Amino acid sequence: MEKTLTVKKSEFARASMGDKIFLLIGYILLGLFVVAIIGPVVYIVIASFMDPITLQNKGIVFDISKWTTTAYERVMSNSQIWIGFGNAVLYSVLFSVISVFITLLCAYPMSRDDFKGKKIFNTIFIITMFFGGGLIPTYLLISNMGLLDSMWAIILPNAFSVWNMIIARTYYKGVPNELREAADVDGANELVFFFKILLPVCTPLIAVLVLWQFVGMWNSYFDAMIYLNSAEKQPLQLVLRAILIQNEPDPGMIADMQSTAQRAQLAELLKYATIIVSSLPLIVMYPFFQKYFDSGIMIGSVKG
Amino acid sequence: MNAKTKDNTLHNTLVYIRQHWQLYVFFLGPALILTIIFKYIPMGGILIAFQKYNPFRGILGSEWVGLKYFEQFLSSPDFMQYLLNTLKLSVYGLLWGFPIPIILALLLNRITSSKIKQKIQLVLYMPNFISVIVLCGMVRILLSVTGPFNMFLGTNINFLTIPAAFRPIYIISGIWQGAGWASIMYTAALSNASNELKEAAQIDGANIWQQIKAVEWPAIKDMVVIQFILQAGNIMSIGFEKAYALQSDMNLASSEIIATYVYKKGLLNGDYSYSTAVGLFNTIINVILLIAVNKVVEKLNDGQGL
Repeated sequence: MEKTLTVKKSEFARASMGDKIFLLIGYILLGLFVVAIIGPVVYIVIASFMDPITLQNKGIVFDISKWTTTAYERVMSNSQIWIGFGNAVLYSVLFSVISVFITLLCAYPMSRDDFKGKKIFNTIFIITMFFGGGLIPTYLLISNMGLLDSMWAIILPNAFSVWNMIIARTYYKGVPNELREAADVDGANELVFFFKILLPVCTPLIAVLVLWQFVGMWNSYFDAMIYLNSAEKQPLQLVLRAILIQNEPDPGMIADMQSTAQRAQLAELLKYATIIVSSLPLIVMYPFFQKYFDSGIMIGSVKG
Repeated sequence: MNAKTKDNTLHNTLVYIRQHWQLYVFFLGPALILTIIFKYIPMGGILIAFQKYNPFRGILGSEWVGLKYFEQFLSSPDFMQYLLNTLKLSVYGLLWGFPIPIILALLLNRITSSKIKQKIQLVLYMPNFISVIVLCGMVRILLSVTGPFNMFLGTNINFLTIPAAFRPIYIISGIWQGAGWASIMYTAALSNASNELKEAAQIDGANIWQQIKAVEWPAIKDMVVIQFILQAGNIMSIGFEKAYALQSDMNLASSEIIATYVYKKGLLNGDYSYSTAVGLFNTIINVILLIAVNKVVEKLNDGQGL
C-alpha cells in the first residue's frame, strides 16, 4: 500500500500536458461537487444563528455580533422534539437489534449445504422481495391484529430483511471450515457454535447491518405516519415533518410572539435550528463507522 | 424401486430434522413466522381488490365485483397521468443520476493523497445520513420565495408550486444526497483494480483517458451493468416518502405518483378495494419488469441470474 502511494504521489508531476489539463478539469468538477454539498449545509448553519428579519431582507450576514441562539434555545426547550428524539432512539435501537438478530439467525441454516428444505425456504423468502400485498392489505392486517398506535406496528413487519439475510449467508460461507470442524470435535451444539464461534468472527457484518437498519429506521416516517397516532408516540421525523414540511410547529414554540408576522418569521428561523439539532447526532456519529463502509459495501456487492 | 428410494429420502429427511431441530425452531423459526404473518397474509388480502370490501363484513362477507376497480382506474385519465408521472420520475432519475457516481469514483481514484481523498469521501457520504424529511425541509428553505435561490436570481418564484419544477427538484436533490454514497462500491472496485496494470500502462506512455479505458473501466464494467439493470428493474417501486414530502397542492400535476395516490385514496379516503387494485397493478408491472431484467442478466452473465 505504502509503495503504491509513493508512486501515485508523483502522478500529477509526471503527467503530460494533456493529462494535466484532464486532471485539472477532473479536480475542478470534484471540487464543485464538494462545494455543492457543503454550500447548503453551511447556509443552514449560518442562517440558524441569524435574526429572521435580517435574513429575510438581506440574506446571510457574516456580522457575528448580531447572531443569536434564540432558535436553538426554543428548539432545545421544546418537549415535542425531545419526545420525538427519545422515541426515535427507542424504535431505532429496538428495530436494529431485533432485525439483525433474526436475520443473522435465519442466515445460519440457510448457509449450510446440508440443510434440508433450504430450497423451499429460500423460495418462500425470495418471493417476498418481489411480490407483496401492498399498502392496504398490510394496513388492514396490522389494524386487525390490534397493533394500531403500537410501536410494534413499525418494528415487526419489516424486522426480517431477506436482502440482509442473503448478505449474511454469503458472509458465513466465507468463514473457514476449520472453525466448524473444530466445534464438531468438541461436540458443541448448533446454538453454542453460532453464538460462541460464528458470531464473534462476524463483527464487520454485524456492524454494517446494525448501522443500515438503525439509519433506515431513524430516517423513515411513512410507517410511523400511518400507524402511530398519539402525539407522545411520534418519532423525531414526524415532529420534524410538522415543523419543516407542514409549517405547523408546536404552538408552544412560538405562542409568545405578538403578531402573526412575528410568529411566521420565528417559525422560519426554527426550521434552521431544527434541521441542525436533528441531523447532528447521525452526522457526528457516522465518521466513526466509516471504517466499516468499505467492508460493508464489499459484503453487499457479493451476490448470494 | 422408485417408491422405495422416495421412502428412504423421506426417512432420511425426518432423521435429519429430528437431529437438527434447533436449526428449524431457533434459527429459521422467527424469520419464517414474521414472513408468513406480515408478508403472506397480506398477499391473501389482495382479494379485496376484486370485492366491494366492507370492513365490518370482512373478506368472507364482502360482495365480489370482479375486475370492476381495475376497469375503473385503467379508464381514468387521472390514473394514466399518475402512471406517467411515476415512470417519468424514475426513468429520468435513473438516466441523470446513474452516471454521476461512476464519474465521482473515477475522479476520486485520481486523487493521489489518501488524506485528501478520505476528507472528500467524508463530505460526499455525509448527505446519505440526512433524513428525507430534513432533505425536503432544506429544499423548501433554499427554494422558498424569500430564500437564497430566489435572492440570487432576484426573483420571487415559489418553485414548489410549479409542476414543471418538481421533477428537476426531486432528481437534483436525489443526486445531492445519494451520488456520493452510490460511488462507494465503484471506489471499492477501483481500489481493487490492479495497480501494476496501471503502472505498466503509464510506463507504456498511455495517457489518462487510455488508462481509464484499458484499466479502470474493465475493473468496474460488470458492476456498472449489474447496477444499471437492477435499478432499471426497480423503476416502478419508486418510494413514497420523498415525493410526498415535496408535494404541494399546486404541483400535483407532476408530483402525484402511484404510491402517493394509493395512500391518499386508500388510507385517507377509505377506498380500500380501489387502492388495493391500483397497488396490485403496480406490483404486477414491477414483477414483470424484474423478470425481464433477470432474463437480461442471465444472458449477460453466462446463464446465472440474480
